[in-house]
Amino acid sequence: MTPFVAPAPPSLSEVSAVFCLLLILLVPFAGVGLTMINSGLGRARSAAHAMLSALCVTAVAALVYVIVGVAWQGAAGRPDHFLMIAGKAWGWIASERFFVRGLRLDLSPAALVVLLQIFSVGLAGLIPLSSGADRWRLGAICASTALLAGWTYPLFAHWAWGGGWLAQLGANCGLGRGFVDGGGSGTIQVVGGVTALSITWILGPRRGKFSAEALPAALPGHNVVLVLLGCGFAWIGWMALNSAGAMLFLGVEPGRVVLIAVNTTLCAAASGLAAGVVTRVRFGRPDASLSSNGWIAGLVASSAAAAFLKPAASMIVGGVAGILVVSVADFLEFQLAIDDPGGAVSVHAVGGLWGVLAVALLADAGPGGQWLAQLVGIATLLGFVLPLSYGLNWLLDRVYRQRVAREGELQGMDLHELGAGAYPEFDVHGDDFLQR
Amino acid sequence: MKLAGFLLLVAGWAIVVAAVALLPSAGARVGFVLAGLAVELFGLALAVRSHLVLQAEGEGE
Repeated sequence: MTPFVAPAPPSLSEVSAVFCLLLILLVPFAGVGLTMINSGLGRARSAAHAMLSALCVTAVAALVYVIVGVAWQGAAGRPDHFLMIAGKAWGWIASERFFVRGLRLDLSPAALVVLLQIFSVGLAGLIPLSSGADRWRLGAICASTALLAGWTYPLFAHWAWGGGWLAQLGANCGLGRGFVDGGGSGTIQVVGGVTALSITWILGPRRGKFSAEALPAALPGHNVVLVLLGCGFAWIGWMALNSAGAMLFLGVEPGRVVLIAVNTTLCAAASGLAAGVVTRVRFGRPDASLSSNGWIAGLVASSAAAAFLKPAASMIVGGVAGILVVSVADFLEFQLAIDDPGGAVSVHAVGGLWGVLAVALLADAGPGGQWLAQLVGIATLLGFVLPLSYGLNWLLDRVYRQRVAREGELQGMDLHELGAGAYPEFDVHGDDFLQR
Repeated sequence: MKLAGFLLLVAGWAIVVAAVALLPSAGARVGFVLAGLAVELFGLALAVRSHLVLQAEGEGE
């Protein structure tokens, strides 16, 4: 383990750096959008809890990431630890200092990366919230987010974005440009998505979700308007995220931001419509919440390849994402008895994996071997990040029970944990529509 | 079964990493990466299956 300096990041002119900064400042809209969707797809009696949880996740993620996460993740061109294998150096963890010491927070690419990552790690932390809705304790949410922001996320982000071994696959093995993931389909979305899967497994399904015969009951979200409005906010944030990520991690010039915004939009549009059509064919009417999940899945899938896709290809990426999200959501619920109220696993994990794969199949990302680099990235997300995330959350559950007590679930998270509901002037219905 | 599933996930990833880092020939590298992914998928199936069993046992109590 020797510190060395990872390959340098692309340099930015002052004008490009300011432009990139402005894009980064729009990224929190993606988090706002996801928060509205999470809250809208949950129960009315847990709406305030969902909103406060999102705020806490964003806060914990930012604090923990700055305290320790930056030190593990680093940035391309910054000090790194590497292993020498077969005569080649493979970076595995950064050697920055805690509390962002030793890094000037100006318009340099490394400083812009830190700012973008503070928002991105919060975004990744919001994803599991939707899978644990209506039964995940606030304290456990904060502790789980600290593990994600302090360890799981920075480690993989270093490998993919910080000049680590996945990014080096091109230089060391001739696999295209190395693992390509400009806007974070894998690094943000799949990392958040597999954490969401871990959380659903650890928490178990909501009470009343499955009958004794394992048949799922419909527990509709309480505010579809909020969900659809959230899609709009997420769209703005995602265009900025994909553009800033491509500039900082792939070195694309600012002029390509137009293509990235067009591709992001087309991908979301095709995905949202595809999900609407699939639900129309299956259920006789388009389903609003699944269509909105389709929209988000399109944004998720667009992130990795938006800088390299042709517009027609981005429509294909989106169309496939829309079909996938509905099919996988059904499969998870009916076949695997996974209760994921907001569809985090189908939208973020599956949509993100598809986005990473789409770079290999449809994007013009550079020299040959790119598809193998993308497969290695997918193997790492499934074979390393999922077990790590599950293991950390399983250990956390041993020392601090993550699921709320039975009476809290029946009462609602708002009253049980916060002492007041989100809608005090309205009747909030209990489980009277469920079979007992 | 749950532990076995997660161990297989990690084992599959180890095969992929070893193939990329150690094998010089492109053909062998591709073969081992695909084999590693297959092991991972088997591990994932096992992990999913184990949670179905655990859930059914929990509901039966």
